[in-house]
Amino acid sequence: MEFVFFLSAAVKAGTCLLYATLGEIISEKVGHLNLGVEGMMQIGAVIGFIAGFTFGNPYLAVLCAALAGAAGALIYGVLTVSLKANQVVTGLALTIFGIGFAAFFGKSFVGKKVPEAIVTFFQPIKLPVLGDIPYIGQIFFNQSVYVYFSYLLVIAVYIYLYKTKWGLNTRMIGENPVAADASGIPVDRYKYINIAICGALCGLGGAFLSLVYISIFPVNLVSGRGWIAVALVIFAMWNPGKAMLGAYFFGAMDIASFWLQKYNLPISIYFFTALPYLATVFVLVFTSIRKRANKKEPAWLGKNYFKEDR
Amino acid sequence: MIHVVKKDSPKTRDTIIIRLLAILGALLAASIIVIFAGANPIELYIGIIEGCFGNLYRFAATIQKMVPLLVLSLGVMVAFKMKFWNIGAEGQFLMGAVGAALVVRYLPNLPLPVMIFAMGVLAFVFGAIWLLIPAFFKAKFGTNETLFTLMMNYIALNLVVALQYDFWKDPGASGMPKIANFPDNALLPSVSGFNLSIAFAIILVILIYFLMNYSKIGFEITVLGESENTARYIGINITKTIITAALISGGLCGLVGMFQTAGISGALSVEITGGLGFTAIIVAWLSGLKVPFIVLNSFAFAVLLQGGSYIQTAFQIPGSVAEMIQAIILFFILGSEFALHYRFISDKKKREVA
Repeated sequence: MEFVFFLSAAVKAGTCLLYATLGEIISEKVGHLNLGVEGMMQIGAVIGFIAGFTFGNPYLAVLCAALAGAAGALIYGVLTVSLKANQVVTGLALTIFGIGFAAFFGKSFVGKKVPEAIVTFFQPIKLPVLGDIPYIGQIFFNQSVYVYFSYLLVIAVYIYLYKTKWGLNTRMIGENPVAADASGIPVDRYKYINIAICGALCGLGGAFLSLVYISIFPVNLVSGRGWIAVALVIFAMWNPGKAMLGAYFFGAMDIASFWLQKYNLPISIYFFTALPYLATVFVLVFTSIRKRANKKEPAWLGKNYFKEDR
Repeated sequence: MIHVVKKDSPKTRDTIIIRLLAILGALLAASIIVIFAGANPIELYIGIIEGCFGNLYRFAATIQKMVPLLVLSLGVMVAFKMKFWNIGAEGQFLMGAVGAALVVRYLPNLPLPVMIFAMGVLAFVFGAIWLLIPAFFKAKFGTNETLFTLMMNYIALNLVVALQYDFWKDPGASGMPKIANFPDNALLPSVSGFNLSIAFAIILVILIYFLMNYSKIGFEITVLGESENTARYIGINITKTIITAALISGGLCGLVGMFQTAGISGALSVEITGGLGFTAIIVAWLSGLKVPFIVLNSFAFAVLLQGGSYIQTAFQIPGSVAEMIQAIILFFILGSEFALHYRFISDKKKREVA
């Protein structure tokens, strides 16, 4: 039974990663490697908490977090899409900004509790029928609505990327913006929209931490989870479904050191915190050796597109 | 309609003017945050300058903050020249520190000069290995090095965490998770706050400048960065060049691990990098991968870092404000690059050019 609780906790720990990862997948699919995930999550976490604390309304808190994340992403968008700045450098600058922003605006909220109304709203709710399935029910269907929403989001992102015209165009831009442009797709507009969605989802991931995952606002909340999300995108090979499985695996590793403390394991518990990155390296190497195009990164990932170069 | 076209390489005078305008704009934008934080922006900016140059001790602190950033940026630059995106400087830095700490741990009684030499060698080797792994896969299978080196940072970080909290935890630190301090024979000698790493940094700047501009390997790295086909056509051994560049790049970043542990912190810990590995990437890029500009920009960033930590105590302003100012300056400079490389022309003019 304890293992079931562990897995249930892993799903919860993985949910913040899942939001951010789905966002980064969308951004990378349009060819933009945004290393500002950590920063956008920080911004979302702190704005989500401040809005929740001030208004006591869960909807408003989540909305503010998403908008704040998207605003952060738009700084990145203006610089990389319109002003053609280097993506890696701009993303890193965004992360520095987000960490500073969160530390500054979060400072006076450290130690404050999440308001009662929000805690109640995001309490685990056992779903009828599904929640009664042995094991599975406890693990997946006795969770917060915030977690349930992420299940729907996985499906929505999959449909968006693979079953809609917009998704097709988005992926085409990531693979070959020259051809996409030639066929009349408004490249820059697509890039902006996808980058903003990425920011909003990262903001939601951050707000999950500050509104659901913790009860008292701490000093450093996101503390590197954004980088795990960047790793997860590769681990999942840019696939929303695999991102879901990966998020729970990485989430399990995140809490493993805590749960495994009491067992006298022959290996260091810190091995588990490194495991997500080791696994990602393994996937990265493995896919490049196999040279499977559909499992590799978008061809134009990290490269800016300049129309007049055509 | 207005079109955007690429400019020829910008004049030095234009570059300086545009950069200064960008910094001015950034300071104006940052002033809003400073006012938010309850301080007078002009006083604060003067405070930053005072914190860096106010007295010899503060100036020494500025220079000591510049050294790691400078050497890391040089390291990153060597790889970037080849269009090999090494964003793993943070990890190579940490591994270099592990290498240095390894020497201290197992050969604690070496005389100082031998000790420093051995620490430097092992730091270089450890940093180099940390980049050679992704470089090997890049050369052999075309594995994406941006993502690979990024991951290597966190593997290194977790390794150091494991050392600090577990394997190398100092039993004498009364339960505190820290690694034992280096003995005196493993600390870089220093004079009024300036330590030996400054001398090493000067030598490295000269060495790398000549290596990149006047040596065969420097030429090969540059050509490979320009075009792989050209490189192949003129008979450059591509695998060998990638591996050599990775060795230099990772090694330099690793060496900084020795500078910081033996020169500043006096022990190995997870905090020694302070994100400098990432800042170095920004410095190298904004310097256009040119050594003289790297020296200049490392100094500018060191001023921001040192000034930022000074205003925390002098103005009671949280360090996060300095972080945000730094990021805002970066945003403005990154945006101003556009003005350096592109310009607007009208439809009519475009037709004339064509």
